Amino acid sequence: MAEIKESFFSAEGIDKRLNGKKFWKVMMTEYWIPKDINFLWAMGVVLATTFAILIISGIFLLMYYKPDTALAFDSVNYTIMQDVAYGWLFRHMHGVAASVVFLIIYIHMFTGIYYGSYKKGREMIWLSGMLLFVTFSAEGFSGYMLPWGQMSYWAAAVITNLFAGGSLEAYGLVEWIRGGFAVGDATLTRFFMLHVFLLPLVIIKLIVVHFYTLRIPHVNNQNSEDIDYDAEAEKYLAGNKKEAKVIPFWPVFLSKDFAVLGLFLIFYFYLVFFNYNFAMDPVNFDPANAMVTPAHIYPEWYFLWSYETLRGPFFDMFGMKAGDIGLMIFGLAQGIFLVFPFLDRDPDVLPAHKRPKFFIWFWILIIDLLVLSVYGKLPPTGANAWVGFYATAVFLLLWATLPFITKSDAKARGAL
Amino acid sequence: MSQTNRRDFLGMSFAAVAAVGGAASLVGMKQAWDPLPSVLAAGFTTIDLSNIDLLPGIPKTFTWRGKPIFILELSQAMLDDATKAGLPKDYHLTIGDKSYTVVVGLCTHLGCIPAWKKDMWKCACHGGEFNSSGKQTFGPPPKPFVVPPFKVEGTVLTLGEDGPESKAMIAARA
Repeated sequence: MAEIKESFFSAEGIDKRLNGKKFWKVMMTEYWIPKDINFLWAMGVVLATTFAILIISGIFLLMYYKPDTALAFDSVNYTIMQDVAYGWLFRHMHGVAASVVFLIIYIHMFTGIYYGSYKKGREMIWLSGMLLFVTFSAEGFSGYMLPWGQMSYWAAAVITNLFAGGSLEAYGLVEWIRGGFAVGDATLTRFFMLHVFLLPLVIIKLIVVHFYTLRIPHVNNQNSEDIDYDAEAEKYLAGNKKEAKVIPFWPVFLSKDFAVLGLFLIFYFYLVFFNYNFAMDPVNFDPANAMVTPAHIYPEWYFLWSYETLRGPFFDMFGMKAGDIGLMIFGLAQGIFLVFPFLDRDPDVLPAHKRPKFFIWFWILIIDLLVLSVYGKLPPTGANAWVGFYATAVFLLLWATLPFITKSDAKARGAL
Repeated sequence: MSQTNRRDFLGMSFAAVAAVGGAASLVGMKQAWDPLPSVLAAGFTTIDLSNIDLLPGIPKTFTWRGKPIFILELSQAMLDDATKAGLPKDYHLTIGDKSYTVVVGLCTHLGCIPAWKKDMWKCACHGGEFNSSGKQTFGPPPKPFVVPPFKVEGTVLTLGEDGPESKAMIAARA
């Protein structure tokens, strides 16, 4: 260690001891971002901000929320909503942000898929991002239980029942997860712990990992050009800012990010103040009742597509029970995006519009997910059940064909 | 050489102690999530079938271990349907000249409570249907409603205690 001579009680001395200037350089002023990007590259900062909003609003809710089946409903709907000054605001901010964060996650995810930002050195970014998606899903589910309304209770009952594994009948596992024969007080308190402590801790760690895996390979760009960052950074630092293909994260890239963030926050607070109802299901304003299932139950919009794959196959096939097939497809739907980099057999990193077949594949996937989401909300009867069935079949078919489609694109380009 | 062996021994001892400690903590953490003894102990409910104003063809719902129990006295038409469908006699609970469906009222798909619609139970969650005998007839449910363990004394059912009648009903569905 080089001994530091500057006094501890001086700005210079503190900086020397903390390496602040060096850290700032690595993370900010000399963290290079390509110029050839668009507003979709701002979603990372938008997500970080939304997560911060969730934590801050959550802290205020946590001070009045009571994790007890006898008290939870009133502590949310009476104490927080009516007694606590601005309690309603913190609740609506929390609920709307929890919903909107998934919208941004999906945009972020499909930007990555469209521009091929998950391969050739960026696999770890994709994997850590998908782990974040899974953890956010668990965070959303556990938080949804806390107000202890009818939707809270029945979502908890249905989702914990998935762990019985259909015909495997692993009811011991279900009772272990619930801490009782049915969803009850023990279930509420343990999911409260997960929601306010363990899962946020895991999310924070995963965000650090996600950024770490991104820092060295750098973000992709609109034309997936392989940029020599050292050479381009040298140009920029030499004053040749016009020719350099890169800009520093701070202050140049973030100023653009903040513009997008500003628009996002206007949209977000518009929802919080004028249109929060979409995140506050009316059924959940009935207290939880273990003896009555609501007439029609459905998850929040961001889980609808995978929920529809669960109930898509509604009749027995291939000697298997309908419920088991649905459960298997549901399990597959949760994990399949994780292995995206390994199903894409195209050796080149290119945006989808330069990969003709993959381009079509991409938009069919988006449409299929939208169809699944819409029909996931509708009652599963009559023609609805068949739309769900075929949309689920298309979903499976898309993944089965992905390796061949990407390979065929590469062959047509002469890359294989 | 002797130095290396000593290092190996230390390394392996450390790994062994850590493995035992880690495994022991996992057992403890697993058990902390088990249902509490008070939950397991409070598992018995008695229902007197002669005393609950049951009308043939209209089910009633009771609670046992936080779960709904459907009890339905089958009407003659329902019994005829069951015979036509080839369901064995033990599919229902028979006391005197009356036959009952006694089941846990949770859909065997994912555990929602189906609602009684005219002559069957219909589940709102994923569209599963069960007939008056509790057998699945449509949708994703993989098997009939589960029969709870119960003992019969006269017309009194004690839910939570094993009895020959409930065993026979469970066997008839296996």
